[in-house]
Amino acid sequence: MTVTEYERAPEIVAEGYDSATAAGLKALWETEPGIKGWFSTVDHKEIGIRYIVTAFAFLVAGGIEALIFRLQLAGPELHLLGPEQYNQLFTMHGVTMILWYAFPVLTGFSVFLQPLLLGTRDMAFPRLNAFTYWVFLFSGIFLYVGFALGSVPNAGWFNYTPLASRPFNSGFGIDFYALANILLGISTTLGSINFVVTILRERAPGMSINRLPIMSWGTLTISVGLIFSMPSVSLAFFFLWMDRRIGTHFFDGSGETQPLLWQHLFWIWGHPWVYAIVLPAISMISQILPVSCRRPLVGYTALALATVMTMVLGFGVWVHHMFATGLSSMALAFFGAVSILIVIPSAVSFFGWIATIWTGRPVLNTSFLFCAGFIIVFVIGGVSGFMTGSVPVDWQLTDTYFVVGHIHYVLIGWNLFAVMAGIYHWFPKMTGRLLDERIGRWNFWLMFIGFNVGFFPMHISGLLGMPRRVYTYPEGMGWDTLNLITTVGSYVFAIGFLLLIVNVVVSRRRGAIAGPNPWDADSLEWSTPSPPPPYNFVVIPAVASRSPLWEERLQAPENRSSIGEGMVLDHGKEIAATSAIDAQPEVILKMPEDSILPLLTALALTGVFAGGLGPMWWLVAASAVIALALTCVWLWPRDRLAQTARPHP
Amino acid sequence: MTWRAAPDDRRRRFGGRIAGATGLFVLAAAMCPQASSATPLSYLEAHGAKAYPINNLLWALIAVSVAVIVMSIVLVLMGTFRGRTFPADALPGRLEVDPVPRGSIWIFTGVGASTLVLFATTVWTVVTLAAVSDPPGGKADITIEITGHQWWWEVLYKGSHKGTGPDQILRTANEIHVPVGQTVGVELRTGDVIHSFWVPSLMGKTDLIPGQINRTWFSASNPGIYRGQCTEYCGRQHAHMGLEVIADEPQQFAAWYEHALQPAPAPVSAEARADLDAFVVRCGACHTVAGTQAAGILGPDLSHLMGRRTLAAGTLPNSIGYLSAWIADPQHAKPGALMPRLDVDGPELTRIRRFLLTLQ
Repeated sequence: MTVTEYERAPEIVAEGYDSATAAGLKALWETEPGIKGWFSTVDHKEIGIRYIVTAFAFLVAGGIEALIFRLQLAGPELHLLGPEQYNQLFTMHGVTMILWYAFPVLTGFSVFLQPLLLGTRDMAFPRLNAFTYWVFLFSGIFLYVGFALGSVPNAGWFNYTPLASRPFNSGFGIDFYALANILLGISTTLGSINFVVTILRERAPGMSINRLPIMSWGTLTISVGLIFSMPSVSLAFFFLWMDRRIGTHFFDGSGETQPLLWQHLFWIWGHPWVYAIVLPAISMISQILPVSCRRPLVGYTALALATVMTMVLGFGVWVHHMFATGLSSMALAFFGAVSILIVIPSAVSFFGWIATIWTGRPVLNTSFLFCAGFIIVFVIGGVSGFMTGSVPVDWQLTDTYFVVGHIHYVLIGWNLFAVMAGIYHWFPKMTGRLLDERIGRWNFWLMFIGFNVGFFPMHISGLLGMPRRVYTYPEGMGWDTLNLITTVGSYVFAIGFLLLIVNVVVSRRRGAIAGPNPWDADSLEWSTPSPPPPYNFVVIPAVASRSPLWEERLQAPENRSSIGEGMVLDHGKEIAATSAIDAQPEVILKMPEDSILPLLTALALTGVFAGGLGPMWWLVAASAVIALALTCVWLWPRDRLAQTARPHP
Repeated sequence: MTWRAAPDDRRRRFGGRIAGATGLFVLAAAMCPQASSATPLSYLEAHGAKAYPINNLLWALIAVSVAVIVMSIVLVLMGTFRGRTFPADALPGRLEVDPVPRGSIWIFTGVGASTLVLFATTVWTVVTLAAVSDPPGGKADITIEITGHQWWWEVLYKGSHKGTGPDQILRTANEIHVPVGQTVGVELRTGDVIHSFWVPSLMGKTDLIPGQINRTWFSASNPGIYRGQCTEYCGRQHAHMGLEVIADEPQQFAAWYEHALQPAPAPVSAEARADLDAFVVRCGACHTVAGTQAAGILGPDLSHLMGRRTLAAGTLPNSIGYLSAWIADPQHAKPGALMPRLDVDGPELTRIRRFLLTLQ
């Protein structure tokens, strides 16, 4: 193609996945085999799966850390770990799970699924997508390199100053933590921008905003939220690093510095972050549950608005992490009230799911079991959160094991149980094979029982006064039995999780062939073969309802989507861009081909942060120059990507 | 060693407490055989004017929460197992899809009811917050200043019923004596990182933050010993930063105060003089004993050490054996503590211990 076309009417044809058009598209979109292709692919499906696998690797690391220190806490006054070792392990456990597992795993699902749910062929910025994955991976490796070198953060994932400031914390552990987090923040922010543009501008024609798959609402909402909240914490990490390595005094407790400022900057991001790692999971449940229950979701509009409302209110609750810091009663009353009222949107989701189950006819497969288990732990985590919103009660609950129980119900219950449901649901789409249902059943019951046996007693040891973050505890406080039960439960839970890995390993090779739509589900990704071809859709579908694949049973014939017939878009790697609200086709976008540049730029960027450790200014400067040069090459204008061709529908 | 809680007065004030008791407390009692007197840090019981209203609210919230959890489990289980389900192997056939858009009534009813409960909770929360913000009458009867250190508590009484002159200022550590029934104003400072002051049966937590003074208050309604604990993660020995509040009848408290103001007795023999010298030389750079040359401020004030129940901020019982072991190697019981191992030899250890035993 030498001359760029600026005006063109796309062909509307009916084509199958075995047609010549499909073969042509495959040649255009396919990643070249071999090592070079592996490092340069921009295929969102490949990147999404990488995200999930990497996040699970961090989950296993964080899990092993927890299993080690649960032994230390199994009884009073044990000496398996010293205080410093314990403090490092609980810090790494929290940091790993909250930052390098819980969000990236959802990003992985979103990266894999969003273009398929929306009926398009890739993310809006495919190279940026690859770049955000590499930066995420390198930031995690960076953190764990510090661990391997003995520079381990030990001030908790919340990292309060001045305990994390240099006068009280020498060594490089906190620097690894701060720099790795800034790096991860870059990945998160860019990823969020990519999702917002993808979801707002790449939906299939006709998929107006009120037909957006419910799962996309979760991703869209938290992406907007993160664009606003990440700068705060990235700045805080940068200030912290400057305090420690340049000699500034933002938080270190000397003179007029403000250690409390750290907490504000941290939690004004931290609480929206909590929603960022649960809202996409919640909306994943809203996506899966109706398929299991054989009916459309009850209260789609209410649940979508509840998702948005949670995020909005989520920006007004950060002080509930700081109720004991001596703020004015006025502030406490305000933030307490918002923290209680934020339960309302959660109630909307809860009753929507209950209604979906009661008015539907559930299929009792593993992903439904995880959905049902999710709803129960969702409620337990919800009511314990509601209790901490009540300021005077929180003065008692905060920093005891009650809150440890609460956050594990939120982070494991609301995140991991949804992710498990998601894996059982979408594994066939990702690999073409079904996971084994019998192992799945064991998988669910061991995890569900282990989780509740392990984590529910934490609430009670908390009410009996056990403080958080203690490396040991004395006898005679009434906590011994409860802690032993917690340790046993955590191991049962871990064995349950192990069954997932077994199931994945076995089923990837020997699982039953799934076919395009094994669950008879309603959303667009199930109209493609499993796994989907590199170009996703041979023709861009036109959507007429929220459940395009169930229309034969739900819609009158004149109001049906067109799945097999649509725009071909095969003059190069092309997708259709549509308008933000009504999804009217506007422009044919030319997508970039695979490139090694995202990987190289991510490496150079990581070099900048590695240089921050000393600080080694030469490394910072050299890496920055390389990163800048690579960015110029990456962004150099190219005629073939000119985005001005207009479709005439 | 066991911690003894105060005598239980079990005031029943609201139905919420009773309803809550039938829920979670049964569960707690079933899972944990110890009686409540064996759980010194539990906040399920209250013993002070600030703690009572909060305790009522806590039990009400527990009752609501348990009810919501039970209701939800019933709803999920009933919805799942009422004979309308398809077995797991029903897939991948083309199963029925229900086209009738119904079910929204669940959301309207459920969210409506939830909102009422949440609104009531918010009102009760704000009312409780207003009720406990300041001591009754607006002014505390006595005021103490508590300074957090890694990993112990410095306690400074800014005056007694006899006035606030310099001769009435009292400094001690890790053990706070208060008169029963009187309100105690607390000013919280820190000498290093952030800590949090917490005596569960008397008051919730308030943080000790560099660069600011946080003011709060509590009172004890019954005589007794109330366990407290640092609850903001403050580094290596955060686990061993306990304290005790000892509530006595006012006249007993006054007697204790009077006694605590007395300096250490002057040595009466050559041996006692040598014991004192050994203490001053080895310990005096960090510790203070009123009436001696030991005037260090890095570690806890040790005047009247023998009057205290514990050593090392609630870590060890204050008995002669633990005292010797602590002096010989503080790093054994509290690894990472800022008190170094001094390598005192046997005779010197004996002298130091003998001196400390005179600090009644």
